[in-house]
Amino acid sequence: MKFVDEFRDTEKARTLQKEIHAIVGRLARGRSRPLQVMEFCGGHTHTIFRYGIEQMLPDGIEMVHGPGCPVCVLPMGRVDDCVALAERPEVIFTTFGDAMRVPGSKKSLLQAKADGADVRMVYSPLDALALARAHPEREVIFFGLGFETTMPSTALTVLQARREGIGNFSLFCNHITTVPTIKAVLDSPDMAIDGFLAPGHVSMVIGEAPFQFIARDYRKPLVITGFEPLDILQSLWMLLRQFDEGHCEVENQYRRIVPPRGNAQALAAIDEVFEIREFFEWRGLGSIDHSGVKMREAFADYDAERKFTVRNPKIADPKSCQCGEVVKGVIKPWDCKIFGNPCTPENPMGALMVSSEGACAAYFNHGYGRRSA
Amino acid sequence: MSRENTITLAHGAGGKAMRDLIDQVFVEGFGSPELAALEDQARFDLAALAANGDRLAMTTDSYVVDPLFFPGGDIGKLAVTGTVNDLAVGGARPLYLSCGMIIEEGLPVATLERVVASMKATADDAGVRIVTGDTKVVHKGAADKLFINTAGVGVIPAGIDIQAGNARPGDVVIVNGFIGDHGAAIVDARGELALETTIETDCQPLHGLVATMLDTCPGLRCLRDATRGGLASVLNEFAAASGVGIRIEHNAIPVRDEVRGICEILGLDPLHLANEGKLVAVVPAADADTVLAAMQAHPAGRHSTAIGQVETGQPGRVVLATGFGGDRVLDMLVGEQLPRIC
Repeated sequence: MKFVDEFRDTEKARTLQKEIHAIVGRLARGRSRPLQVMEFCGGHTHTIFRYGIEQMLPDGIEMVHGPGCPVCVLPMGRVDDCVALAERPEVIFTTFGDAMRVPGSKKSLLQAKADGADVRMVYSPLDALALARAHPEREVIFFGLGFETTMPSTALTVLQARREGIGNFSLFCNHITTVPTIKAVLDSPDMAIDGFLAPGHVSMVIGEAPFQFIARDYRKPLVITGFEPLDILQSLWMLLRQFDEGHCEVENQYRRIVPPRGNAQALAAIDEVFEIREFFEWRGLGSIDHSGVKMREAFADYDAERKFTVRNPKIADPKSCQCGEVVKGVIKPWDCKIFGNPCTPENPMGALMVSSEGACAAYFNHGYGRRSA
Repeated sequence: MSRENTITLAHGAGGKAMRDLIDQVFVEGFGSPELAALEDQARFDLAALAANGDRLAMTTDSYVVDPLFFPGGDIGKLAVTGTVNDLAVGGARPLYLSCGMIIEEGLPVATLERVVASMKATADDAGVRIVTGDTKVVHKGAADKLFINTAGVGVIPAGIDIQAGNARPGDVVIVNGFIGDHGAAIVDARGELALETTIETDCQPLHGLVATMLDTCPGLRCLRDATRGGLASVLNEFAAASGVGIRIEHNAIPVRDEVRGICEILGLDPLHLANEGKLVAVVPAADADTVLAAMQAHPAGRHSTAIGQVETGQPGRVVLATGFGGDRVLDMLVGEQLPRIC
């Protein structure tokens, strides 16, 4: 298939694999522990597992699967709010598919739907707006979720709703921001990550500049990376070459999609509709300053948090959960005390077991139940 | 019956309206003598059944697909092929089906007639008869348009022993063509994505293909149709029941470009998508080439191909060689396959 198979070419993969082994071999001689590279984005984690990329890498390099899975890091309290909104009789609650399974403290949206709530899966916020047009007697709430990748389409939908004067549409905004979250990881005392693969589709929106401080201030190299398996291998090779040659900079492997300055129109839409929250609560990581956005006052009529009572309860992660340590690369998923028992994809206790993009679910589903696997 | 346009609760009330519906839509539509007898049960001659084999096979399945009509098929075709295939993959020759219909009031009679005609045509194709039935009409909202249950009876010839637990190291795993067409067709037919392509369901009866396979390889070990849960579920069932490992080559699995495309867009995996005319077979290595040749010569198996083999491996584990250089475990789905956010 055109535009897909080129990026999964086995021959090219083998060439890159050889190069990677050679560089890691050279680097390993001066090191007492493996190089730790974090792929921030859940989409990258998905690709890495889908194509078995970890097995293609030498022992001297270790992938740390970062917190960039918006479904995984959604705190239980926010899910409880979703359920409460969805259970209002006048509400049609619309959401992306994979958010439906995320457990709240009592139930998930999937369970709320089974109990009679009108929860509908949509592929785009515009589908939710179309529902609002078709059902003027109901209130259609869209569950806005994700990093800067999905923010522009949500913002543009809100702008469209206002333009059309659609009064029965609102957004439950749970969008989160990438850079403050990477910064929180970098600032944590037990962090030992050597370099980053940065999220390609977030970068398509925000551009290269917001990542520069990571190379400049924290002296960690970073490569903006695409989502096909060859993208991942090439980016790893680029990162390793920086270590090898003693550079530390932001490189862009995903140039076919990511313009250096990002997407000005998308950024303008985001800026018009959203403003930074003081802090946002993350499952597994706790509260992180400036890591979420909310709707500006001017859009109060489209803000489900203002239109309805949203309790935003604080529900602590189970004490036994070690998601935070896994996300920072301090331990591997299988080192967690509850990995596989009782925490499984069927019965997720921790954030990282929730979505197939979560590190623990990926390890579990792909059979990395033990170190030897 | 006064030709009403829609089904009402009266059609399920047991009185004259129901009788008219049964006579004019079902008895006439299905055209089988057993049904026309209008007894409460179909009756079979045991000696005639026994002439076909030494074991009776029985199965049941319910069909609730939405939309009722989709490219390449409809709920009626599905209700016949699905049950025929469940018999066929046990090695049985399918003979008789029952048909229970649960109808939401307000369904156009013409829709029902279209479904019945499709069931009749599919049954004729598959060489089975619909011999007994039941009709219920429920209040608006208590069912979604039309649900169908079919049960099927068939006979297994002597000497055939197909079981999920029969796979042995060295055996070859075969599929009879493109994977994921049905699941993708249903996603496409719901129209929520507004794609330009049309993907047709692969819905087809498999008993003829199975008979051909058994002719060339009576020692065929495992056979299942890969419906809900897709290819991945069947492979895991074989591996678990047989206590063996199975290794599959990703690049050997036939998947149409349109299906790959829809999966790429939605973040779905074709190996988990439903099929309605695809079977997965495990055959002894010595017979693999002849079975494959026979399958490819059959209309229901033209694109048959070997996709992997049974290994000692880790018992119960299916490993997928990704074709990119690495391996991964291919597991069953936990719940429903949900599109990914980004």
